[in-house]
Amino acid sequence: MTTQTGTRAVKRGLADMLKGGVIMDVVTPEQARIAEDAGAVAVMALERVPADIRSQGGVARMSDPDLIEGIISAVSIPVMAKARIGHFVEAQVLQALRVDYIDESEVLSPADYVNHIDKHAFTVPFVCGATNLGEALRRITEGAAMIRSKGEAGTGDVSEAVKHIRTIRSEIAALQATFTANPDQLYVAAKELAAPYELVREVAETGKLPVVLFTAGGVATPADAALLMQLGAEGVFVGSGIFKSGDPAKRAAAIVKATAAYTDAAVIAETSRGLGEAMVGINVADVPAPHRLAERGW
Amino acid sequence: MSALVGVLGLQGGVSEHIELLQDLGVNTCWVRTPSDLLGADGVRLDAIVLPGGESSVMDRLLRTFELFEPLKQVISDGLPTLGTCAGLILLARTVLDPAPGQRSLGVLDATVRRNAFGSQVDSAEVGLETADGPVKVAFIRAPQVVEVGPEVEVIARRGEAIVGVRSGAITGLAFHPEVTGEPRFHQRLLAEAGFGRLSNAG
Repeated sequence: MTTQTGTRAVKRGLADMLKGGVIMDVVTPEQARIAEDAGAVAVMALERVPADIRSQGGVARMSDPDLIEGIISAVSIPVMAKARIGHFVEAQVLQALRVDYIDESEVLSPADYVNHIDKHAFTVPFVCGATNLGEALRRITEGAAMIRSKGEAGTGDVSEAVKHIRTIRSEIAALQATFTANPDQLYVAAKELAAPYELVREVAETGKLPVVLFTAGGVATPADAALLMQLGAEGVFVGSGIFKSGDPAKRAAAIVKATAAYTDAAVIAETSRGLGEAMVGINVADVPAPHRLAERGW
Repeated sequence: MSALVGVLGLQGGVSEHIELLQDLGVNTCWVRTPSDLLGADGVRLDAIVLPGGESSVMDRLLRTFELFEPLKQVISDGLPTLGTCAGLILLARTVLDPAPGQRSLGVLDATVRRNAFGSQVDSAEVGLETADGPVKVAFIRAPQVVEVGPEVEVIARRGEAIVGVRSGAITGLAFHPEVTGEPRFHQRLLAEAGFGRLSNAG
């Protein structure tokens, strides 16, 4: 009987099993239990949700191992945790803590402005953010087993999430068209995307990324989640949108339901009723460029 | 006539099963509402697959979308069924280490422990000898069968652990054949549905 851990199939496979689901940011074991009860497919354990990182400022780092372990023991669903971009020792620590997925995240302060983590070197799988197809393919080349469009975390403004998922999907469609009409132009397409030719060709042939594509950054309502699903996301990360709202348990369950029934407006309408206050929110246009998290990573 | 096989499509690794079944030349559909399961003349499907995913979420969505009872009924009435990973948990009579309030369909006389092999760093591709032949499959935060009723046949073990069972027209697997593209359990499901001679060309 042969047994191989950390293979591409099992890393990408866990992301497959999360499809159609909602992954929720939680900062305490109590919040993690509320998320599980509401139907989260996984939780993201962190010390501060993006809205607080944004308002409090300073350097944002990996969470305290005690907090992460407390959340792991509180729930039965997968637990993810964030490492800073390029901070492979934070990632080593998270793997030693036996988290189920690592998010190499622009929401934390980058540790390396040149290199991302070599994710092939790990047994635990990674999810990474991307604003466009080239960025997604570079992260996959480094070993990411799941991609999430970045959006603008901590704002409650869905417009950047919409922009990024639309960009990725339309760039994939353009590659597909090139493959059909002028396959010899895929070489220059690879150059322009700054991604390996073989991977570009695979996307052009299949019309999709070779890993699962989730969305993130600014989701605050059930309709936001359904919008991004209709635009082609395979699942949703919700950060500040749940536990910065008036009735987190009810809103969390409503977002889960709308994500599962994302084409059914009657269900989305029903589940949008009486949720109390949404998170206050900041318009992305009012966030000065140096404070935009999506511009971290390259 | 080609078979119509449904895949429960509320959450999880649905498209992987759809693709594998399509490669076997059968018609497929996502099962998301009671009308995907039942038509005016009764059951619309020749067989159903309950895929991997998060079992606690699938259970919640089955109840939210009023699929729980119809699904339980058609499987109890003999619809050939294949459950993988979370699908096995949904089928089981008893679930150990459940999420709070988690229920199961209870159509398979077995007790299943969720997430029995550890966290994701313990997830693995494994070569197994099974009653259906040798296979290479993926265990992803996989469950394990810890007890079976007298009518249940054990079809696969990983070491001592029971990881595959069959009872009548129901097969439950703790692992994912669809992630590694292993077709023999799906072929067996089609045979159970009376479409056993299907070739790859359909």
